[in-house]
Amino acid sequence: MNAVTEPILSIQNLNKTFADGFQALKNINLEIQKGEIIALLGPNGAGKTTLISAICGIVQANSGTVTVAGYDIARDYRKTRSIIGLVPQELSTDSFETVWNTLVFSRGLFGKKANSAHIEKVLKALSLWDKKDNMLMTLSGGMKRRVLIAKALSHEPAVLFLDEPTAGVDVSLRKDMWKIVQELKNDGVTIILTTHYIEEAEEIADRVGVINAGEIILVEDKTELMSKLGKKQVSLDLCDPLATIPKSLAGYSLELSENKDQLTYTFDSLGDRTGITSLLDDLKAADIYFRDLNTIQSSLEDIFVNLVEESS
Amino acid sequence: MNFYAVMAIYKFEMARTRRTLVQSIVAPVISTSLYFIVFGAAIGSRITEVGGVSYGAFIVPGLIMLNLLMHSISNASFAIYMPKFVGTVYEVLSAPVSTVEVVLGYVGAAATKSIILGLIILATATFFIPLRIEHPVIMLLFVFLTSITFSLLGFILGIWADNFEKLSIVPSLIVTPLVFLGGSFYSTDMLPPFWQSVTLFNPVLYLVSGLRWSFYEISEVNILVSLVSITAFMLLCFSIVLYMFKTGYKLRT
Repeated sequence: MNAVTEPILSIQNLNKTFADGFQALKNINLEIQKGEIIALLGPNGAGKTTLISAICGIVQANSGTVTVAGYDIARDYRKTRSIIGLVPQELSTDSFETVWNTLVFSRGLFGKKANSAHIEKVLKALSLWDKKDNMLMTLSGGMKRRVLIAKALSHEPAVLFLDEPTAGVDVSLRKDMWKIVQELKNDGVTIILTTHYIEEAEEIADRVGVINAGEIILVEDKTELMSKLGKKQVSLDLCDPLATIPKSLAGYSLELSENKDQLTYTFDSLGDRTGITSLLDDLKAADIYFRDLNTIQSSLEDIFVNLVEESS
Repeated sequence: MNFYAVMAIYKFEMARTRRTLVQSIVAPVISTSLYFIVFGAAIGSRITEVGGVSYGAFIVPGLIMLNLLMHSISNASFAIYMPKFVGTVYEVLSAPVSTVEVVLGYVGAAATKSIILGLIILATATFFIPLRIEHPVIMLLFVFLTSITFSLLGFILGIWADNFEKLSIVPSLIVTPLVFLGGSFYSTDMLPPFWQSVTLFNPVLYLVSGLRWSFYEISEVNILVSLVSITAFMLLCFSIVLYMFKTGYKLRT
């Protein structure tokens, strides 16, 4: 018999309606396993930050339960909050404080005994060691983002929430962040991140959750999601333009480009037969020749856009 | 009890004071010295004695109380308002800390600064006038209770305020007039009977009177009434803070 692993984070029927009547979370249910990276995708105002804030205790949910490592976030808030690290979306820092002091503050605030060695390790891991005596106001946006991550890691959390961690940072820093996230995962930290950057989810997440208008539309293993919902296409650059698609090819899902020189065939990559071989045979029979052939895989972004449009 | 969190907040706030030493300590000391020069030397030379005490010595408890009230309120209100304003309050709200621990950290630091300031002003006063303190323990108790209570009031103000104007309304439009009209610089005996009665409704009178009694054993109201009043007000303020955190008033959405 397989042992059932208790999720590190369990959200059940979570609802939040703000004072102005706006329902930001609608009956959210989600379970996250220890050590996984889950990316929450959603357009602006979808409820991603509200969901994170409700779990961390910044927003008060109207109903529902959330447990972290088996502890209820309301009843056992000391336990749950000491397990959680939060990197907020906004670059909120104490301008006149030094990098070192702000980490020491965070560690103490979360109930951990001072540990200079750990603070040093975190600062070095985030390439902040040489900035440790700098005041936060002197740092660039990217560096401040790193400091916020360092603050969240200062108390050695088992669950880390990253609310749009790479918003407004350059490509190289973004890739550094992905590396850091991967290293944290390797250390056993469970990571829940929200992002607008689909490639971020594609690059680092194990599972992807899509939120729209306060509802979780789906939560799926990233690879399975892409193979399930991702269309695969073959694009053929024709030698001669084609006036119309011949009747002999009507059985295929074909599209002719506007300038009539490209045919695109969409197929199910998980199907028993993709139909590519017979298509190529039928093209030859119809005297249609091509000079080049490309296959195209739907990106997570395409999937995300489709899902949000469908749910809207 | 999360002692590490209490100490983290406390040290953080005290560090802020060290960074703003001129604003926190030097400025109040200079302004108090000016009070001594203007009220004590210039005006005091025309008022011989009040209740058997020289006018310069008479105003010392009032000056200490003025500074305790103003700085307790501003220290504590600023301490919680700024994290709200810049957004760093998320960390405190998401930390494994209870309301009592948050209050101990923020209010404790604000009160500590006020107490230090009060003692510095007391020391400054000795440069201008000879002082005697009949009941030093009661004096310290009053300074302690007042600092804690008005730091709690400032904390409430900082949570309530959602702009800088609101932050300054209570100290400038309510506390300052109450202090000036609460017998800080005069004895209520000097007022016409009607205004003497009106002054009894001013809560600051009880504080100034109580502190003055600890110095010179002269007071407008009974010392016990003063002590009970300040303790009751402290409990009221603490209850309001507890309520604010429990309901998330202007802290959690």
